[in-house]
Amino acid sequence: MTGPAPTGPAPEKPTLRRRSDLPVLEGPARVSAYVCEAVSCLSLRSHEVALGLADGIAEAGLTDVAVKRVGCLGLCAAGPLVQIPETGELFRHVSPDDLGGILGVLASTTTETKPVEQPAFFGRQVRIVTENSGRIDPESLDDYIAAGGYASLRKVVTSMTSAEVRDEITKSGLRGRGGAGYPTGLKWNTVAKAVGSQKYVICNADEGDPGAFMDRSVLESDPHRVLEGMAIAAYAVHATEGYIYCRAEYPLAVSRLRTAIRLAERAGLLGASVADTQFAFNVQIRLGAGAFVCGEETALIASIEGGRGTPSPRPPYPAVAGLWDRPTLINNVETFANVPAIIGQGGDWYAGIGTETSKGTKVFALAGRVVNTGLIEVPMGTPLRDIVFDIGGGIVDGRAFKAVQTGGPSGGCIPSQFLDMPVDYESLIGVGSFMGSGGMIVMDETSCMVDVAKYFMDFCREESCGKCVPCRVGTTQMHMLLERITRGLATRADLAQLERLADMVRRTSMCGLGQGAPNPVVSTLRYFRDEYMAHIDERRCPAGVCAIEPQGVLA
Amino acid sequence: MPVLPMRPTAPSDDKRWRIVETRMRRLGNRPEALIEALHSTQEAFGYIDDDALTFVSDVLAVPPSTVYGVATFYSHFTMKPQGEHTAVVCTGTACYINGASEILAAIRAGLGIKPKETTADGHLSLLTARCLGACSLAPAAIVDGEVEGRVNAQDLVARLTQL
Repeated sequence: MTGPAPTGPAPEKPTLRRRSDLPVLEGPARVSAYVCEAVSCLSLRSHEVALGLADGIAEAGLTDVAVKRVGCLGLCAAGPLVQIPETGELFRHVSPDDLGGILGVLASTTTETKPVEQPAFFGRQVRIVTENSGRIDPESLDDYIAAGGYASLRKVVTSMTSAEVRDEITKSGLRGRGGAGYPTGLKWNTVAKAVGSQKYVICNADEGDPGAFMDRSVLESDPHRVLEGMAIAAYAVHATEGYIYCRAEYPLAVSRLRTAIRLAERAGLLGASVADTQFAFNVQIRLGAGAFVCGEETALIASIEGGRGTPSPRPPYPAVAGLWDRPTLINNVETFANVPAIIGQGGDWYAGIGTETSKGTKVFALAGRVVNTGLIEVPMGTPLRDIVFDIGGGIVDGRAFKAVQTGGPSGGCIPSQFLDMPVDYESLIGVGSFMGSGGMIVMDETSCMVDVAKYFMDFCREESCGKCVPCRVGTTQMHMLLERITRGLATRADLAQLERLADMVRRTSMCGLGQGAPNPVVSTLRYFRDEYMAHIDERRCPAGVCAIEPQGVLA
Repeated sequence: MPVLPMRPTAPSDDKRWRIVETRMRRLGNRPEALIEALHSTQEAFGYIDDDALTFVSDVLAVPPSTVYGVATFYSHFTMKPQGEHTAVVCTGTACYINGASEILAAIRAGLGIKPKETTADGHLSLLTARCLGACSLAPAAIVDGEVEGRVNAQDLVARLTQL
């Protein structure tokens, strides 16, 4: 390369510290301050808060107060967050310039201090995947082990057969958390029974749905948990090599994963001899490069192999012929993060949580026009109303609720008449949406549903890999029709054409991207058809979002 | 006597090529190292030019057409030099709901650039991201590597002008 090098720093690369620069206490702590250092709070200067607290504690001569960096505390809307775990007290919107209040509480807290009442945001949650988030230092292996980490892996490799592990997962009823909800036990059994001397385990951390950040948060807050889940899976399906395919847009998650892999290898929990047994398992990280379609498993495999991330027709499924045509197990971050808990507490325990067909908990990223945006984990079957209004605290500025969007660009918008619906895989499909990876975007009356449909179609059009015609051409044509509608230039014939195309693209596209792409259109047409008609017949945008062209441009 | 293939040499004696070479060698100089090689080239130089593509193609024994195809398939890779400063505006769903398009419109009005463009003086490049995963802080942006939440369009334009 001969041209002048750019002098600015590369984008999307926050300064990442390898080791905590916070002081370590000599003896046991009377009280501690847990400072959230996940990306959201870090960008609001939470590391300065941690350093400021450490300085303040040193100045006040408090020798029995600890400051600890932890992962996501969940209530991202109120960051930076500091929690005193001894009493559960949570400080919101903490400014590094004004720490007197917290230092005062830290100085006066004793073992007799009563715990504070938890806000509704936390009260309704059941934490399995996120049980360590906000409680351990994500870059400390000791912290994870102290919280019971790697006990499940040790148990598996020393006292269980691979079939017993798979039975336990099958018994738990765990289903894939990437969105489609395929039974995890069934998938593991297929890979285990597939013929081949070399098998692979892949963790799909290419969290592509816009508005979803569960996997980022899990990887940033508790990376060892995912590694442990992968290692257990590898043991269960006889694999020895693992890959984590992570988005390049998540530099902190990648950095913490690298640290975790290094520490686990050094401690003999990954590598040639896991926990001093014959079982070997190595994990490598592969970075995505900004292609949404790589969340699709065959495209992801093509990308790990170094090529363009275009999907291939299935069958053969990756479980039979995946990475380099070898049997390959692909699960999502959250699926793997459930595994250590299932092994630790038993499949029956896990199956006792959730609904008839959807077991366990689900992590949701709550965002949009809701008061308490952040990361939540609730049992499957929790009513939507509880999530939006009890945990989410309702709509910002007291506006009216309009819809919840789930499932990303393959999902749909759920209107208010379904607020009391229990959230699980089947009920979401029943109302024309999709679980997806767990993004939940709340919309109020300021959102135009036609514009929302156009937004997602624009996304799919951009991200279509171009391999199959229905997706490549169909999404572009559908976007053009939606563009006409939002500009007030469409006729009823255009709408009919849009519906025909939606059906065609859904039925004839090769992979999930194209098959799901019409969903936002179909679901908004189903529940908000009047908004489409207002644009077409009255040339009016009820929400006042769309720029309707002045009358007469068509003539 | 058999003719030994020449070991491909880096396009220049810039030391940053060693980073790229090391990354490829660690993965055995095999074709599957292609994306990793492109990542490290972009990390080291800020963008990927034709010389870099040819070099990577030679080392990994991957046809230049394939290297070009992969480099242009992924939106993360850029073949153009970037400006001195970079602003990335998130266009994820939460940011869209909370006004990301107004931010892009304000930057266009104030600085005259659209996404993927650089100002004429090479001062600022504007990019968009599908989702930064900072949805709680929507609308979000990254200015020179620092994530900023709850961005106000006018304030951001004022800041970018003064960078």
